[in-house]
Amino acid sequence: MIGWAGKIAAALLLACGIAGGAVAANPGNWDKVVAEAKGQTVYFNAWGGSENINAYIRWAGEEMKARYGVSVVHVKLDDTAKAVATVVAEKSAGKDDGGSVDLIWINGENFAAMKRQNLLFGPDWATRLPNWRYVDFETSPTVLTDFTIPTEGLESPWGGAKLVFFYDSARTAASALPDSAVELLTWAKANPERFSYPQPPDFIGSSFLKQVLIELTVDRGKLQKPVDEESFAADAAPLFAYLDRLKPLLWRHGKAFPQNYPDMKQKLADGELDIIFAFNPAEASSAIANGELPETVRSFVFSGGTLGNTHFLAIPYNATAKAGALLFANFLLSPEAQLRKQDPKVWGDPTVLSLDKLPAGDRSAFEGLDLGVATLKPTELGPALDEPHPSWMTHIEAAWIRRYGAAN
Amino acid sequence: MALPTETGARTLFNANRLLVLILGLPVLAGMAGIALPAFGYLPALGESRFTLDHFAELARQPHILRSTLTGLAAGLATTSISVAIVGTFLAGFAGTPAFSRIQHLVSPLLAVPHAAVAFALAFLIAPSGLLPRLVSPELTGFARPPQWLVPNDPLALSMIAGLVAKEIPFLFLVALAALPQLPLRQSRQLTAALGHGHVSGFFVTLWPALYRQIRLAVFAVLVYSVSVVDVAIILGPQLPATLPVRIALWTADHELSARFLASAAALLQLAVVAVAIASWFLIERFGKIALTRVIASGRRIRNDTPLRLASAIAMAASAVLIFLGLAALGLWSIAGLWPFPNSFPTHFTPQTWVRSLPQLGPPLRTTLALAISAASLALLVAIMLLNRNGTAGGGGKAIAYKSLYLPLLLPEISFIFGLQILIVAAGFKPVFPTVLAAHFLFVLPYVLLSLSSPWRALDPRFERIAAGFGKSPLRILITVRLPMLLRACLTAFAVGFSVSVSLYLPTLLIGAGRLTTIATESVALASGGDRRVIGVYALVQALLPFLAFLVASLGPQLLFRNRRAMRT
Repeated sequence: MIGWAGKIAAALLLACGIAGGAVAANPGNWDKVVAEAKGQTVYFNAWGGSENINAYIRWAGEEMKARYGVSVVHVKLDDTAKAVATVVAEKSAGKDDGGSVDLIWINGENFAAMKRQNLLFGPDWATRLPNWRYVDFETSPTVLTDFTIPTEGLESPWGGAKLVFFYDSARTAASALPDSAVELLTWAKANPERFSYPQPPDFIGSSFLKQVLIELTVDRGKLQKPVDEESFAADAAPLFAYLDRLKPLLWRHGKAFPQNYPDMKQKLADGELDIIFAFNPAEASSAIANGELPETVRSFVFSGGTLGNTHFLAIPYNATAKAGALLFANFLLSPEAQLRKQDPKVWGDPTVLSLDKLPAGDRSAFEGLDLGVATLKPTELGPALDEPHPSWMTHIEAAWIRRYGAAN
Repeated sequence: MALPTETGARTLFNANRLLVLILGLPVLAGMAGIALPAFGYLPALGESRFTLDHFAELARQPHILRSTLTGLAAGLATTSISVAIVGTFLAGFAGTPAFSRIQHLVSPLLAVPHAAVAFALAFLIAPSGLLPRLVSPELTGFARPPQWLVPNDPLALSMIAGLVAKEIPFLFLVALAALPQLPLRQSRQLTAALGHGHVSGFFVTLWPALYRQIRLAVFAVLVYSVSVVDVAIILGPQLPATLPVRIALWTADHELSARFLASAAALLQLAVVAVAIASWFLIERFGKIALTRVIASGRRIRNDTPLRLASAIAMAASAVLIFLGLAALGLWSIAGLWPFPNSFPTHFTPQTWVRSLPQLGPPLRTTLALAISAASLALLVAIMLLNRNGTAGGGGKAIAYKSLYLPLLLPEISFIFGLQILIVAAGFKPVFPTVLAAHFLFVLPYVLLSLSSPWRALDPRFERIAAGFGKSPLRILITVRLPMLLRACLTAFAVGFSVSVSLYLPTLLIGAGRLTTIATESVALASGGDRRVIGVYALVQALLPFLAFLVASLGPQLLFRNRRAMRT
């Protein structure tokens, strides 16, 4: 322990900034990436709250080991921001290489923050991955912009997401279901205490607020730009008028909110909630398969469209195993890995690949997937609404807490 | 016992100093790690100018006052209620047969981690929980769960209940260790002759001496419950959440600038802890005056049966609730679909266990390795320290020695982020020894705390006799003191073991998520809200320390098979 103390003192002196050294992996020279990656260990920081997702990541890791000799360690997080926090701590300490995070499963807000703080590995590596040629970036614009922020190849798409609602057909008739946010309010009046949303800043809860914001905003172009501080109060007024009317009709009269979407799933099973939602169209099917939801659960969307986006993988600027991370990101983008991911028995997450670009064999495998009884077909999912600029969410979350942050 | 020689005393003093340095340095550096950002200094985010803006921003946060006060009030309430229940129970029952029965019921609860207790309670009392299911719809008429705001009630009553249930066994066991030093039987005879009942007799004679012994543990309970995060997330109010929970959220905010706010709030939390401690000093003072008045007035309460009964029921209820909750967790872990208001699942399936068990291996190994090495190391250091400072009279007067309890009295959330920066800056890899060092930091005070009372309680005459036979101090320690304190040492080890098993934030942040333990896995999985998986992990997490305590209580029986007097 004396050595330990001594080491601190010595290291504190040394830590005053010896940077550089490692050669950055270059996706342009793929053979070199593969060679360099061999024997590396990729620390993949990803949400660990779902057993089926963890099992999928485990499978991908085993494949990486068998094919490329790359070890993948899933660092299970309860919140992605913990990985961001680690990178920040390392940057604070002047640790500009040899960092402990190699790859992060990331969403728009964390990406925007990391990009702004220059915490990401770049320049453009994602579009230079070999499997990029299958990616559907022409018809799916969310692959190139993450919450309106251009990805600029700093993150690689991993899966699609679409806001989908679920209900139990044994309790609620399909004909009674709402078809828009406004109808949802009418439905809540008729069925008080049977709807709620996770408390922001939970990702799904915030997404619900965005859905309502988009539906109630006349000039939607405004949402694609950063918030105008001057007009924000007026811009958000319809949303908060709506939420004010919804609050007394919510589960527990809006004095408490569900923790997150798995919590809502449990509450649908318990009969506490009648309409819930998730960002994965196959969520209900896989929950039925797991015995978490009754077999009578079905899904629906609003015909006017629901939020759609893409989730990504990013590499921190100081990652140790950059080559391994590139190789792993490329593998996760492969038709094989994407097909497995879209299988509701495995995960059910929609692919980011374009079926038209795939070889015939892969295409028919995708088309032949049994999406499950409670999953809508891609054609039934309705239009996708674009995510607003991240600044909207920051402002709305802050205003939400000011307004509803105390229970009485 | 031989008096320490002049040179001996000086080396000991230096040994203390060194330990304080090694333990205190990370803590103080951790504090610096939040104090600097709170005043605006965090070069990694491009800010290196000192400012008070972040405190102004903190003051502008909606409902910040309420968050602060709820946490403070809940902590003070938890501590008062736990002390009152344990104190009254000890006063009413110490030395009676009922006492040992409840003692056996309550002791294993010390092993159950806080988060598991919180989950157990939530599963029990929520409107869709086991208790409403058992009586619905037959008694209540509820075909669907009622809209009760439980848990997460705004007054934090469910959180206080959960914390009290968990702190009772801790205080009780600490008090139990101190009890043999009190002249219980003589005092009972004396006060009974004077016309006191059990409770008032105990309070006027023994309580002040007992309280002195458990005081540090009471402060640990106070600080813990004022700054608790995991229990507050599961049972505490949400609108607004208590301050420690909001700090945890700000620390995890995708908006990196929230880190400044989190640091300022962490300093506020430190102030809250200081206020809580100051309030407790006042409560102590008030209690002392009240007790003096009662003694001086000569009032005695002869019939204290209702009071005694109430305390026994409270003690037993806390244990029964948690065991019932754990049983509910166990039931959930094998449940198929279980719709409300069914009292039992429609079918059972081992699916969750079958899927989880193979995944449990590596984190289980890490958990055991960390817990065993941290607890052994802490036990060794605690024995070293107590051997120098802990005997009667020597009483650990050195302030330096007492500051070893610092990690116990500082809000964990306040300095762990700073500690993380320090460890990264020091160039340590997030590997086993680093995490072990962090665990040691948290484990040592608890081990020290649970070992010091029995250590002081051992009759010094044994060692004097041994010294009379010409044995060296080291031999006396190894052949007399330690065997006689074997049970206490094993219990202290088990306490340290269970502290290590339940550490989440230090393991995650210092280990950069590289070392997965049952605690990190279960918190990550709990964020997914699947009751089945939570059930599996909470049970495993509760089982581990339970085994350690089992070993602690069986160990002496096995080791001293042929020495009856040593088996206590």
